[in-house]
Amino acid sequence: MKRRTQNHEAALSGALIRRPIQRSFAIFLLPTFAAFCIGFIYPFLQGVYLSFCKFTTTSNANWIGLGNYIKAFSDKSFMHAFQYTALFAIVSLIVINVLAFAVAYALTRGIKGSNSFRTVFFMPNLIGGIVLGYIWSMIFGGILSRFGTSIVLSTAYGYWGLIILMAWQQIGYMMIIYIAGLQSVPGDMIEAAKIDGANGWHMLWHITIPTIMPAITICTFLTLTNSFKLFDQNLVLNGGQPFIFMADGTVIRSTEMLALNIYNTFYLNANSRGIGQAKAVLFFVLVASIALIQFSATRRKEIQQ
Amino acid sequence: MKKLFALILIAMLAFACFACTPATQAPATEEPVAEAPVAAEQPAAEAPVAAGKVYYLNFKPEADSAWQTLAAQYTALTGVPVTIVTAASGTYSETLTAEMDKGAAAPTLFQCGNKAGLDTWGDFCYDFTGTEVYAQQTTDDFNLFKETGEVACLGYCYECYGIIVNTALLEQAGHSLSGITDFASLKAVAEDIHSRAAELGFDAFTSSGMDGSSSWRFSGHLANMPLFYEFRDDGVTEQPATITGKYLENYKNIWDLYINNSATDPTQLASATGDQAQAEFGEGKAVFFQNGSWEYANLTTKFGMSPDNLAMIPIYCGVEGESNAAVSAGTENMWAVNSQAAPENIQATLDFLNWVVTSDEGTTMMAEQFGPIPFKAAKASANVFFNDANEQLAAGKYVVTWAFNFTPNVDNWRAGVVAALTQYSAGATWDDVVTAFVAGWATQYAAQ
Repeated sequence: MKRRTQNHEAALSGALIRRPIQRSFAIFLLPTFAAFCIGFIYPFLQGVYLSFCKFTTTSNANWIGLGNYIKAFSDKSFMHAFQYTALFAIVSLIVINVLAFAVAYALTRGIKGSNSFRTVFFMPNLIGGIVLGYIWSMIFGGILSRFGTSIVLSTAYGYWGLIILMAWQQIGYMMIIYIAGLQSVPGDMIEAAKIDGANGWHMLWHITIPTIMPAITICTFLTLTNSFKLFDQNLVLNGGQPFIFMADGTVIRSTEMLALNIYNTFYLNANSRGIGQAKAVLFFVLVASIALIQFSATRRKEIQQ
Repeated sequence: MKKLFALILIAMLAFACFACTPATQAPATEEPVAEAPVAAEQPAAEAPVAAGKVYYLNFKPEADSAWQTLAAQYTALTGVPVTIVTAASGTYSETLTAEMDKGAAAPTLFQCGNKAGLDTWGDFCYDFTGTEVYAQQTTDDFNLFKETGEVACLGYCYECYGIIVNTALLEQAGHSLSGITDFASLKAVAEDIHSRAAELGFDAFTSSGMDGSSSWRFSGHLANMPLFYEFRDDGVTEQPATITGKYLENYKNIWDLYINNSATDPTQLASATGDQAQAEFGEGKAVFFQNGSWEYANLTTKFGMSPDNLAMIPIYCGVEGESNAAVSAGTENMWAVNSQAAPENIQATLDFLNWVVTSDEGTTMMAEQFGPIPFKAAKASANVFFNDANEQLAAGKYVVTWAFNFTPNVDNWRAGVVAALTQYSAGATWDDVVTAFVAGWATQYAAQ
């Protein structure tokens, strides 16, 4: 068996086979690379360029310099949206990951029907954000109307409503990743720990969690970025309501998250599109840096087996 | 298994290749024909060869099927492909922004109906001066002009709105239409009906839902009442930087009347929809329904109401002299031709418009869908709401014009008013409505 693999490797690295592959790398690489450029690199650069412009449609932009960024920074609603989003991201990060891990842990204990449970828990993920938002706005509406209120009438309801919605949607997905991680914990390590007298709690803290650290890294990364990028659910569930009316006429949409704030700015009027675009660039920098910090922080905790 | 996998990969690669081909080479996949099945039909063999094409981004979902039929007729007749795409309700400006960026595949005809629209899309508006379709118009009252005097947008219909009354139910409750002449009499009738709702089996007003499908009736149309009277007093003829909210007390009067004399509890309004209100009225569960002439087709066909039982009265809100008011009339329905489209497409679009307002098919459809249109060949409309409006005008009453067309950042300003009204209806104070209305106006004006 081992011999055959070696033969394979030898054949693959042989010049006869390698050279044609090397020569035709473009066939393999270019289509995807082109798609990546057209679908990602170009729009990204164009987006950055537009953030320095005044424009109605993206094809007729006029360069105006830093004006959009100044306006974006002086916009109170943007700062409010940032704080609100950060608060949302932290809480949803904890709630989703703790619950997803707990469910994954329970479902790897060999309970009867584990597979059907996994399927059911995973299913909310298959529903799109807008539909999900409508479903939950009906559920919340149905419950809250019995108490003479509504999700759009209270910042707190809106906040927890979004957390519940996101948890419902994402726990199943994170659970699958955690299950994969939990299944890769080596049996001999657990056995050795048991022989050494470790109890369940010890094993969880000193064996399981360190071993599945890669899964934790990826799950925290996903929940964090998903929370920051949240848009559809926010738009449909409460659309930023209730509003806070400042004395000077400024309106703060109390449950408006960053992405929705950018969207609302963009479509405000013909002069605001560049501001929305500038906010979007700031948003990208923010999400990317937070994600990178988180990534390197949890990465450091990963252990080599 | 591996072979299957390889096949799938190849298929994906091929897809990626095609997806990357620029739009000009593969227009079939780029054009939104999927949403407009009739437009995809091939012209009949004997039809002449078309030089240009028409792409209309329609703004009224309720008129979509009528437009599709008309477009198909035109294509069969002339061979000019006409694509009609309708933006989903409430997303017109987003759809337009995206579609306008499509270069050669951008709409040749779009909707641009108020000051804010002209500010945004003015550079894209073709000057109608000297065109055949403009020559067909009977009045300039509904058009929008640029500062340079160019005819930027053609008002193709006008609408009226007020309080739609089910006269049969009103009489059943022991009242008559002629008895309602001002806010006091409207209030007396509404409160009487509401107090006897259980016995009568219907209530006074339909629900005043704050869902997006319904809230525009109040943040747009109802809010026009205080704006109109304020602007009339102050002689305002262009967008003011600030407003005083002098008549907001009247706005509160009528809003309170709506929400307190309906089967729906005010605290439930946050999520109540437009369909809900329409059904309440259509099924005879309420006597009064604030809405406009465009509801006529729905009420008479979908709900089978008899035109004889329908009438429209002005929105009375307690302003002095309002017994002399007619219903509110104006328009946000304006055509603009994309000046950046190819010349042959501009010409094709102008020809299409001219056909719409002169041909038998076109004018019939326009009369059915939009009522009386301001064009020479207009057909009479069966719409009782317009007939009511015309009678009131003939009787010398004054028209409540559409003052809300001056609203700065209209979507944002209205969103603020809706949020404040929602909170007020659920028990918060009226102060926020005033702030959203007055201070919100100044803020949005400054943010333009």
